[in-house]
Amino acid sequence: MATGTFGNPEVVQEDLDILLIGGGMACCGAAYEIMRWADAAKAETGVDLKIKLVDKAAMDRSGAVAQGLSAINTYIGPDLDPADYARMVSNDLMGITRDDLAYDLGRNVDDSVHLFEEWGLPIWKTDAEGVRHDGAESIKEGLPALKDGGKPVRSGKWQIMINGESYKSIVAEAAKKALGMDRIQERIFIVKLVNDKNDPSRVAGAVGFSVRENKIYVYKAKAVLLAAGGCVNLFRPRSVGEGSGRAWYPVWNAGSTYAMAAEAGAEMTMMENRFVPARFKDGYGPVGAWFLLFKAKATNAYGEDYMVKNKAMLDDYPPYGQAAVPASCLRNHLMLKEMKDGRGPIYMDTVTALAKLRETLTPKEVKHLEAEAWEDFLDMCIGQCGIWVGENIEPEKKNSELMPTEPYLLGSHSGCCGIWVSGPDDLGAPTAAEGDYDGVPAHLPRGWNWGYRSMTTVKGLFTAGDGVGASGHKFSSGSHAEGRLASKAMVKYAIDNKDWKPELDTSPEQLAEEIYKPVRTYLEFKDYTTAIDINPNYITPKMLQMRLQKIMDEYVAGVATYYNTNDKMLAVAEEKLEMLKEDAGKMRAKDLHELLRAWENFHRIITAEAHMKHIQFREESRYPGFYYRTDKNFVDEKNWHCFVNSIYDKNTHKWTCFKRKHVDLVDKSKLFKTPVPVEPATDNG
Amino acid sequence: MPTFVRTDKCDGCKGQDKTACMYICPHDLMKLDKDGSETGHAMRAFNQEPEQCWECYSCVKICPQSAIEVRHYADIVPLGGSVQPMRGSDSIMWTIKFRNGTLKRFKFPIRTTSDGSIDPYGNKPAAKMADISKTGLFTASVMGGFRAGNPAELIRRK
Repeated sequence: MATGTFGNPEVVQEDLDILLIGGGMACCGAAYEIMRWADAAKAETGVDLKIKLVDKAAMDRSGAVAQGLSAINTYIGPDLDPADYARMVSNDLMGITRDDLAYDLGRNVDDSVHLFEEWGLPIWKTDAEGVRHDGAESIKEGLPALKDGGKPVRSGKWQIMINGESYKSIVAEAAKKALGMDRIQERIFIVKLVNDKNDPSRVAGAVGFSVRENKIYVYKAKAVLLAAGGCVNLFRPRSVGEGSGRAWYPVWNAGSTYAMAAEAGAEMTMMENRFVPARFKDGYGPVGAWFLLFKAKATNAYGEDYMVKNKAMLDDYPPYGQAAVPASCLRNHLMLKEMKDGRGPIYMDTVTALAKLRETLTPKEVKHLEAEAWEDFLDMCIGQCGIWVGENIEPEKKNSELMPTEPYLLGSHSGCCGIWVSGPDDLGAPTAAEGDYDGVPAHLPRGWNWGYRSMTTVKGLFTAGDGVGASGHKFSSGSHAEGRLASKAMVKYAIDNKDWKPELDTSPEQLAEEIYKPVRTYLEFKDYTTAIDINPNYITPKMLQMRLQKIMDEYVAGVATYYNTNDKMLAVAEEKLEMLKEDAGKMRAKDLHELLRAWENFHRIITAEAHMKHIQFREESRYPGFYYRTDKNFVDEKNWHCFVNSIYDKNTHKWTCFKRKHVDLVDKSKLFKTPVPVEPATDNG
Repeated sequence: MPTFVRTDKCDGCKGQDKTACMYICPHDLMKLDKDGSETGHAMRAFNQEPEQCWECYSCVKICPQSAIEVRHYADIVPLGGSVQPMRGSDSIMWTIKFRNGTLKRFKFPIRTTSDGSIDPYGNKPAAKMADISKTGLFTASVMGGFRAGNPAELIRRK
């Protein structure tokens, strides 16, 4: 076969049963679980499922855990109940989450954590004297594995400390071995799902391109797992020069999960939700260990603890403000009060915290403590160390500034935007027969279960990790477990539909044309002007992204307005985003790298639009501290204690938002029973 | 904090089957300049989009020549500091130099098993189609991680 050229790429077609899109924690979990069920299917039904995983990067270092982590944030352990976990998730996300999804994750997640330890992930342990040991030392000391009753070092109620520099490469090794390298393709960026020709409510495959060769890949599949992360860099970052890549969440998360799902017709949920982590300024280093392990306090510039000083502000948001651990957004709300009133900078008082710890420790223990503090950054946010060394900050001598970041969209950390999925059927979730469904488009499922765990409202399309909305707080371990749950259901789906043949609703040639349009545009017009980046016939992906970031920052509650927006600002944003989306059709790509950026930014625009439309539809401010609608600056439990969901029509380019009723499957009143002092707490990272 | 590649150390991975940094970068930033037309340094790699660098150090850690370092974001960080790892098979060693010359060294474990030693399905049960609609992952019976929960907590379950 002739090899493709930049102007005329080769089109490669492949027929599969199951396609996994992404290579992060969720897809690694899926890869591990799926082969066992596929083997069972082959042995018992004779059906040999054809499976493939496609990653836009390299699995050893792809996804949100690429750099490593210093903690596993979701480990239930033998003493807590999955219901406690579901309650915590609900409260942190201001009451609007799916208990069925959180509970199911809670009962399965430890299985994955125990596997990680078996595979070689060092997990800190506490010995009988209460002394903590790192993951290697604890083995030398003969301390048991978690699975055999070993005691982890809890840095919070749900978190355990690890030596996680190689977390992702360890998990990827297991996934790669389970699947086999002949079922894995790296450096292929999937940009579009394709619906079925005969049934538009079904997925029939996906298309993408190689970022290394001039090749377009067209996959047909009965079932597709879309787990390609959350969305970063859709808002203007606080640093706009070289530092614009220093996002808190990985900058390669481009909203691909949300955009591709929406375009395929999947019902989205809670896309108004966002996460604004309060982190060490500029480097975005984690604060969790500082608050929880080292017992540091955050203060305003004048040394006042704003969580104590502004505690009464929590009473404005009953019942969520009254929980023992207030929601992440409310903690930001109290911090922002100080910043807006001119009492910044905000500091993490590392000096006092370490001095206090030194009072009771031996010099050897002090040295150990210092190493722990640095490892917290070196395992997962090396850039923060870069800032400390550049500014001569030694935490025992100088306090560090804290700052809320630009907004991020995600469903696996302290956020809950994503896709509406089918949940487990054994937890008492609403069925199709009950409840009112006024306003819910007729073609969408009624109850919370429609046959296959983690399937979206598009038949055959599944998701996990950042993709599953209305849950949250899964983190690395939970995303892995969720990928496993989804893949098991996908095998069942593929077997149940073994005689069905997917047919793409668009021809491969036409799909190839669409994907390579930015290349065509570039080749056609590049010689019209002398300066390659300035040309009236096209826009560079970088400028398009900056325009998106400016719109989102200034009108959709970015840092420029202290996270404020209103109905009028949203109307302006709506108009500007409309034009931006039109102009996305004029993006250029001068090489394959820029083609990657072009499609990432298209995905960012669709995601941003969903975010804006959902904020516009929800006429309240559900997440004070993450965003405020100043025209509806309250939490309205009577009218808005509900999910906001939406569907997108890829032909008319229009969104339809609607409400879905919220139902509790576990008793939430336990969160609020006894008034207790505010505990120091973080959103875990 | 973008990565930079030292001209005196990078050999373009010409003895290897692939350019390591280009292979590993999660954001497709590292590029091999084969003929020197882009940088003036033939057969050397470079960061083609430094303002998109997440500082994840994946390329720094994988480079077989230790040719990649990091100069912290010029729009944020004062010059002069450096944070440099040496990643071995079971641990990683960090050398941290402050702008004022203060030096710190740390060593942390990274893995308790040898690289490539994972046997994913060793001592694990096979799955059975009869269980495919039931809750629980295929390893639930052996990993001790399934938390059944107190049924009384589920207030709507019949």
